[in-house]
Amino acid sequence: MSAMWLCVIGVGTATIALKAAGPVLAAGRELPQGASRVVDLLAPALLAALVATQAFATDERLVLDERAAGLLAGGVAILLRAPLLVVVLAAAATAAGLRVIS
Amino acid sequence: MTDASYRDGMRVISPLIPAIVAFGASFGVLAKAAGVDSLAALVMSASTFAGSAQFAVVSVLGAGGTAAAAIGAAVLLNARYAPMALAASGAFRGGPVRRLLEAQLLVDESWALSSRDDGFDIKVLLGAGGILYVGWNAGTAIGVLAGDSLTDPATLGLDAAFPALFLALLAPLLRSDGSIALAAALIGAAIALTLTPFTPAGLPVIAATAACLVGLARPRSARHRRRELAGETSS
Repeated sequence: MSAMWLCVIGVGTATIALKAAGPVLAAGRELPQGASRVVDLLAPALLAALVATQAFATDERLVLDERAAGLLAGGVAILLRAPLLVVVLAAAATAAGLRVIS
Repeated sequence: MTDASYRDGMRVISPLIPAIVAFGASFGVLAKAAGVDSLAALVMSASTFAGSAQFAVVSVLGAGGTAAAAIGAAVLLNARYAPMALAASGAFRGGPVRRLLEAQLLVDESWALSSRDDGFDIKVLLGAGGILYVGWNAGTAIGVLAGDSLTDPATLGLDAAFPALFLALLAPLLRSDGSIALAAALIGAAIALTLTPFTPAGLPVIAATAACLVGLARPRSARHRRRELAGETSS
């Protein structure tokens, strides 16, 4: 079996289990008060980490490139309460424009 | 929950469709370039359905790495889905098989878009996740068929669309939850950026989940008081 097929099976099985573990095992259970307070804060913590790594990381390096300018443009659109489509387009257009210039 | 529907999930994800298809296509192109069997690439998109992990597999194998190294990197990248799915677990309905299948539509974007003040909206998650699934797999097929004749998504700035999307989804959480959510967000981002140069890709985002422990340090938030007043049942 080729290495890729091993990866298809290994990564596929692991990912299915990682996604399903919480919803299947925690079915119908109320989390204790303290735990739910912590779990509620997973969303802002994870979202901020995704923003940071997707804007400023390439593999294992920190980089400052056109994505940062795109994020800034998106941030301005968010502050102006623009719709999601406008936020996403502002970020993409800014990054694409800077890449054309440079 | 509110009267949000699967259609709402499909509508709210629609701005991201071109980016998802383009990234699916670039996965197909890269897989071909790395000498990967087309069918294996298609099966991986259908079963794993997680962009960053799939790119990691192809790049590790393309660089001559072993299957074990590729699987290790991909599992690390996808480990974030365990805490994300746990956070959303209260929204899933039905028996274990239905939960297992529906949980597969949880990816960063569907999870973030379905996040609400008082939990997660499962119909939005499934509607958005379903569209993303179709787009990702269609994109992969396009990439495998078209080969390297396609434009790099970065040229179109599509790679900058994702951090902006996640920031847009974070903003309402900060507005409604105030300082405690802001603290979790800032600490999470700081952990992720600090660890990036020193750890394998994927680990920084998982480690950032530790930021949610600030929830233990403070009295319950306004959100919890609201939830208790509402009897923990509806929004």
